[in-house]
Amino acid sequence: MSLTAGSRPDGTRSVAAVEEPTAAVGAATATGRVARRTRKAAREGKVPWRVRLRRDRTLILMTLPVILLLVLFNYVPLLGNVVAFQDYDPYVSSNGITAIFHSPWVGVEQFSRMVDDPLFWSAVKNTILLFSLQLVLFFPIPIALALLINSVIRPRVRAVAQAIMYLPHFFSWVLVVTVFQQIFGGAGIIAQTLEKHGWTGFDLMTNSDLFKYLVTAQAVWKDAGWGIIVFLAALAAVSTDLYEAAAMDGAGRWRRMWHVTLPALRPVIALLLVLRVGDALSVGFEQFLLQRDAVGVGASEVLDTYVWNMGIQNGDFSYAAAVGLVKGAIGVCLVLAANKFAHLLGEQGVYKK
Amino acid sequence: MSLNTQLIRSLRAPARPAWEEPASRIGLTAKGGFLALCCLGVLGPLWIVIVTSLSPKPVIDRVGGLVVIPEGITFINYTELLSGGQVSRAIMISVGVTLFGTLFSMAVSVGAAYGLSRPGSLGHRFFLLTMMATMFFGAGLIPTYLLVQSLGLTDTYLSLVLPSAVSVFNILVLRAFFMGISPELTESARIDGAGDVRILLTIIMPLSRAVLAVISLFYAVGYWSAWFNASIYLSDQEMLPLQNVLIQLVQKNTSAPTGLQQAVHTGQLSALGLQMAVMVLALIPVAVASPFVQRHFKKGMLTGAVKG
Repeated sequence: MSLTAGSRPDGTRSVAAVEEPTAAVGAATATGRVARRTRKAAREGKVPWRVRLRRDRTLILMTLPVILLLVLFNYVPLLGNVVAFQDYDPYVSSNGITAIFHSPWVGVEQFSRMVDDPLFWSAVKNTILLFSLQLVLFFPIPIALALLINSVIRPRVRAVAQAIMYLPHFFSWVLVVTVFQQIFGGAGIIAQTLEKHGWTGFDLMTNSDLFKYLVTAQAVWKDAGWGIIVFLAALAAVSTDLYEAAAMDGAGRWRRMWHVTLPALRPVIALLLVLRVGDALSVGFEQFLLQRDAVGVGASEVLDTYVWNMGIQNGDFSYAAAVGLVKGAIGVCLVLAANKFAHLLGEQGVYKK
Repeated sequence: MSLNTQLIRSLRAPARPAWEEPASRIGLTAKGGFLALCCLGVLGPLWIVIVTSLSPKPVIDRVGGLVVIPEGITFINYTELLSGGQVSRAIMISVGVTLFGTLFSMAVSVGAAYGLSRPGSLGHRFFLLTMMATMFFGAGLIPTYLLVQSLGLTDTYLSLVLPSAVSVFNILVLRAFFMGISPELTESARIDGAGDVRILLTIIMPLSRAVLAVISLFYAVGYWSAWFNASIYLSDQEMLPLQNVLIQLVQKNTSAPTGLQQAVHTGQLSALGLQMAVMVLALIPVAVASPFVQRHFKKGMLTGAVKG
């Protein structure tokens, strides 16, 4: 088979079409076969890259803007993390990037500072505490809601309930925090009602002991409804034959849920757990930052807000970058570990083995 | 069939399969009650915010703050906010950033999703890996901040768009959808001499309207809700988008938007009513847009979640 490159931008498929112009039914499988063959040939280098470049140049041009943006804003800053090993001073040079070349290297000094920094450890503690609480209290709720919605068979009731529950997901954290303020804050509707009956001083928004439950409640209000989508999709894919067979064997409603529905959800639950654990250290950055002033640093400072405070607010860029680097490194390890765990359980996780 | 009977039919529950137990009255009531409670939990707070924003100052003063039962509805808070001044300007800025940002993000994302939709093309694996690797690590706030600063993007609206323009997850959703379109359709166009750009514009995109709508909504909501980048990259108060103005008004307890402080001071307007009106203005676009694309959510989320 010879490709007349140039005249046909995508050699593989048009060749297939020319080979079997009349066999309309067989065309699909033939296309697949030829495409696979040429793809293999391409990987083995039988099609010279110049030919492929010419054939695929439009595709490459279409992909490039995204690649350039990602390189510029994701890969280049990755290199910028070298400031963590410096005593970086943005003012030694007119440009923040060239200042890196003029700043003194201090090795791991920033990291040893971190070990002796009680505020850093307090941020670590808060991160773990707030994340664990959100995981335990938040995670089961969308599953339960999805089972509930799935058991409603009236399509209109389902659609309306879903539309309402999805809504808060699209609100910004600013709005969510403000809404909570109007309900639970010192001037909120609850405080207002209590005050009329003589109880004053109700204000959940500035209570640092209850902060962890408050932010979990906010997360539930915002995203629990949205979380049900994936579970609903998985539930829709369960064959009704399974339920019927189970019912024939005498399984009641709850046994069917336990033996048919929940096993069907297992892979999705595993996937979402992995994603969530991988994201553990980034938990609720915007949410906590917005409420930092109200409840105080002791209860709300997590690693991300600490980086923000030390770097952007205080200008201690090197130290903040060091904290961010440690956070990022642990984050990557967490993703890999959680994925490994999912594989051990026999699930797929984020990527395949 | 009249519209009425149609409505009644659609409200009636579809028949249960023969093997399923009949529904118990208690179960149905409990389920319905719980669902209603969930919906009330979402809509209740919004109701209070909206009603308060529509209440005149005397009513707000009399109930001592937030209003639950509407009385003497007035739009004065909105007309005052929208007739120029800090909030009108912030709305214009937010709308502009959202429109431009969404268009830009969609243009590059659709391009990349189509560019990567043909396995075996030159650089396919490399580009895909370059993209997907960024899902596993973040560059970190400090280096990103230093980069944006040294690119000279601070105090420009580009700093609100460019660093967060690409969502790899969204591109993967689009790509999965494009790849699901039957190749026979594009083949015939190719034989007729259409190039990739033309195939994308005239065949792929019209067939993917649903997923394009969902992804546009995701991007638009992202731009509309963003406030953090503006808080660190913009120093000029006049350039701040709506969410940041809302933070200043409600979180930092500034009494009223600049320009309306006089009216609040003399007792013509209620500071609380104004704050609630700003909140409503910030939530209207998303509350209006999301139900329109709701029926496509499941499809979009599923292709993204299942196929990598």
